[in-house]
Amino acid sequence: MTVESYEITRAKPSKSSAKEPSGAKPLRRINPTRIMLYSVLLVAAVYYLLPLYVMMMTSLKGLPEIRLGNIFAPPMEVTFAPWAKAWDTACTGLYCEGLKVGFWNSVRITIPSVIMSITIASVNGYALSNWKFKGSEVFFTILIFGSFIPYQVMLYPLVIVTRELGIFGSLQGVIFIHTIFGMPILTLLFRNYFAALPEELFKAARVDGAGFWGIFLKVLVPMSAPIFVVAVILQVTGIWNDFLFGVIFAGVKNFPMTVQLNNIVNTTQGVKEYNVNMAATLLTGAVPLAVYFFSGRFFVRGVAAGAVKG
Amino acid sequence: MNSISIRDLSLKFGEATVLDQLNLDVAEGEFLVLLGASGCGKSTLLNCIAGLLDLSEGQIIINGTNVTWAEPKDRGIGMVFQSYALYPQMTVRGNLTFGLKNAKVPREDIEHRVNRAAQMLQIEPLLNRKPGQLSGGQRQRVAIGRALVRDVDVFLFDEPLSNLDAKLRAELRVELKRLHQKLRNTMIYVTHDQVEAMTLADRIAIMRDGVIQQLADPFTIYNQPVNKYVASFIGSPAMNFLDGAYGIDEQPSFTSNNLDIALGRYNFKTRAEDNRPIYLGIRPEHVHVGNAAQEQPFNSDISVEVVEPMGSDTLVWTSLDNQPFHFRMDGQATVNVGDRLPIGFDPVKASLFDKTSELRL
Amino acid sequence: MSIAKRPNPLFRNLNAKIAALPMIATTLVVFLGCSIWTVIYSFSKSRALPVNEFVGFAQYERLFRTSRWLISLENIVIYGVLSLLISFVIGFILAALIDQKIRFEDTFRTIYLYPFALSFIVTGIVWQWILNPSLGIQETVRSWGFENFTFDLIANRGTVLYALLIAGIWQGTGFVMVLMLAGIRGVDREIWNAARIDGIPVWKTYLFVIVPMMRGVMVTTLVIVAAGIVKLYDLVVAMTQGGPGIASEVPAKYVYDFMFARANVGQALAASTVMLTTVLIILIPWVYLEYGKKKAQR
Repeated sequence: MTVESYEITRAKPSKSSAKEPSGAKPLRRINPTRIMLYSVLLVAAVYYLLPLYVMMMTSLKGLPEIRLGNIFAPPMEVTFAPWAKAWDTACTGLYCEGLKVGFWNSVRITIPSVIMSITIASVNGYALSNWKFKGSEVFFTILIFGSFIPYQVMLYPLVIVTRELGIFGSLQGVIFIHTIFGMPILTLLFRNYFAALPEELFKAARVDGAGFWGIFLKVLVPMSAPIFVVAVILQVTGIWNDFLFGVIFAGVKNFPMTVQLNNIVNTTQGVKEYNVNMAATLLTGAVPLAVYFFSGRFFVRGVAAGAVKG
Repeated sequence: MNSISIRDLSLKFGEATVLDQLNLDVAEGEFLVLLGASGCGKSTLLNCIAGLLDLSEGQIIINGTNVTWAEPKDRGIGMVFQSYALYPQMTVRGNLTFGLKNAKVPREDIEHRVNRAAQMLQIEPLLNRKPGQLSGGQRQRVAIGRALVRDVDVFLFDEPLSNLDAKLRAELRVELKRLHQKLRNTMIYVTHDQVEAMTLADRIAIMRDGVIQQLADPFTIYNQPVNKYVASFIGSPAMNFLDGAYGIDEQPSFTSNNLDIALGRYNFKTRAEDNRPIYLGIRPEHVHVGNAAQEQPFNSDISVEVVEPMGSDTLVWTSLDNQPFHFRMDGQATVNVGDRLPIGFDPVKASLFDKTSELRL
Repeated sequence: MSIAKRPNPLFRNLNAKIAALPMIATTLVVFLGCSIWTVIYSFSKSRALPVNEFVGFAQYERLFRTSRWLISLENIVIYGVLSLLISFVIGFILAALIDQKIRFEDTFRTIYLYPFALSFIVTGIVWQWILNPSLGIQETVRSWGFENFTFDLIANRGTVLYALLIAGIWQGTGFVMVLMLAGIRGVDREIWNAARIDGIPVWKTYLFVIVPMMRGVMVTTLVIVAAGIVKLYDLVVAMTQGGPGIASEVPAKYVYDFMFARANVGQALAASTVMLTTVLIILIPWVYLEYGKKKAQR
């Protein structure tokens, strides 16, 4: 609970804490300790940024330049050809139509999965926080436990189930799977959020004659925009980055971008085109990175929500 | 006719019994206050009446209809909450009309009711604002308005003034009383504030551990508390309790080590046997000081230990027969620590409680 | 009009129950049903398809005679322990440093956390390229004149695991840091004042006062990270495909390969049951601890 509530109550800890007599001893002037501190932080920042830099540089070089063997050097001659090839013509196994196929597949998987999983989980969270019924806590506990079970344990039976439902190897199949496996964390997220809202609001709405759906749609949802944003960010990045479910349940023609990226890089025959590989990698990482950089604290909140104890 | 009747109401959460076999009748137009410390079950009882909690046993009848299992909206009640519980994304008008729209009240009717309530509560200029733009006092007016527009006979208040600062609380208290005098609705009002209870109530129900201790008008509760708990809960500063025994040599008297107080005209509810251990309770404001003390049936000299000047009056702490004792003096009186003062009181104004059962004698 | 009778409890909150049906179905069918199915069929003779012929522990005996499985197990244990240790130490240090009222706190935090937003596939491929012995860091440093510089972790059976570790740490430390930072800031700020009045150095305060107070956050982070490590799959597939040879195989990949590529479902189910058991061993003491604590608080 500590982590999540901290994030909620202190939207801007860096600024608010600046005035309080808190944290370590404030060191105002430049002194050796302070220089050390920033040095360490900068070195760490370099380690974290290095791969991004290398990807970028490599993707803008021609193959001959890459063979010179300096991955850190900026390109002498900038070329966007690898990007074009990665997007349009790179070979993923049998087909050579580039990553764009995977991109659109990922879009077609991600959007409905995000909508489905959030719709179901938000209603679940609402039922669990405001309309507890006999056994509801038991189901919730199993659900949270379930999120720790390795997916491998449930894979084969799920293949059977989806096959019986006639959705194995289809978009619906992979959307179904994402909805199921998104349920624990999202339900937890929504349940905790709704439980933290004043209970009297819910009571007032009942006195005002709103029913189960009326309270949810007219009172709770309109005042819960932040948590929906957090959930969307969590799900968009999570589902976009998925590999395992895509490769098993989506079917070859619906392979998401991650699967196609892996195929481009790891199953090509002949000359390895590192520049194309890196361009493809950047393209695949672009969507979650964009979400991450634009969402800022909402992403952090979603991440930290994983550490919340029910 | 009774507006609300509660019959044998019990509420259990698992093992814990929160309300136990509770019976209560509220007359039409009555202002009833449920008073008690936190956790005594007063809010729980109110939530049961509103239909927000399912009972374990018992019946609730409102205006002749048995509503034990009816939805809150179908009970003919309006409710005002401590945290105001206004819908933050709706305007004041939206808050007032939400329930009416749910109930499919015709539009002209809604318009009429909102205008009337807004006028009565002086919130007309606020109708198009959001709750976030209102002050605490304004929010609570809107919350009251939301109950008002429902056109119901019974209003339920759950500590509605607790979140306000002292000055606003006093203002709204008077306003609530005025509103009740005008509307003459039945009102049930939960609070832990004895001043609110005394000033607003026609009758007060003092609760403890899910049981109503005493149900009476404020005057009776103040003067004739049925047990030691009620006596100590009502009144500020709190009642003095002297530890001693009941004696009946020539006449009824209270005795402790060095004290022998003739009980004189004390109005006994029940007689106790000789030597029964009892408490004698006397309110600080019923103790007289100085010349007036001499005229009281009981008087004694004490030495001042602590003085607490409060402006309007001064509270003096001392000991009587080695037991802590305090009393009230005029705010203008000059008293110093160590002064010896004559004090006295009339046992008629005292309350006697059995030491084991703590019930009034 | 009078509603004096207690309604059937089954239909009380009916809407809530209907709304919770997807969750109820998921818990019963997927999390309970599918897991139990897997455990049961791990005792069957299943090969390409599951069959109802039960053979006791035969699949497990075979599993633990397979060198690939044993290497997978050994790898995940080494990887898991090192990755937990390193990401906790680095994560905590970064969090403590960021807590020093530094400028650009948000920028640093953003930089440390961004890899966590990426897919393991992306991470694996980037690091595969950076660690590439013939064109990556090794070659770059050699081209600077250090002819004998060797950094070929990924191409070497004995060290490939550390290559995975570098990539895994890069991706996961930011997450640990964010939780640690929240934990540090969740500690009552008065503690700092008390420690300063007592004249305790900052680093000592962190180590002996703050860390013990963060037990809850630590344990929760540990459980989440550990449960994630057991699932390790995508990173290996993208970075090393289990190679060189079978030097970087992991259990999750073993399950996938036997289930879908090698059509030996029995082996896959037995292996996944072992994974499940491992997770339960991590999880049960934690739950016991958490629930025990909650009960004591009441």
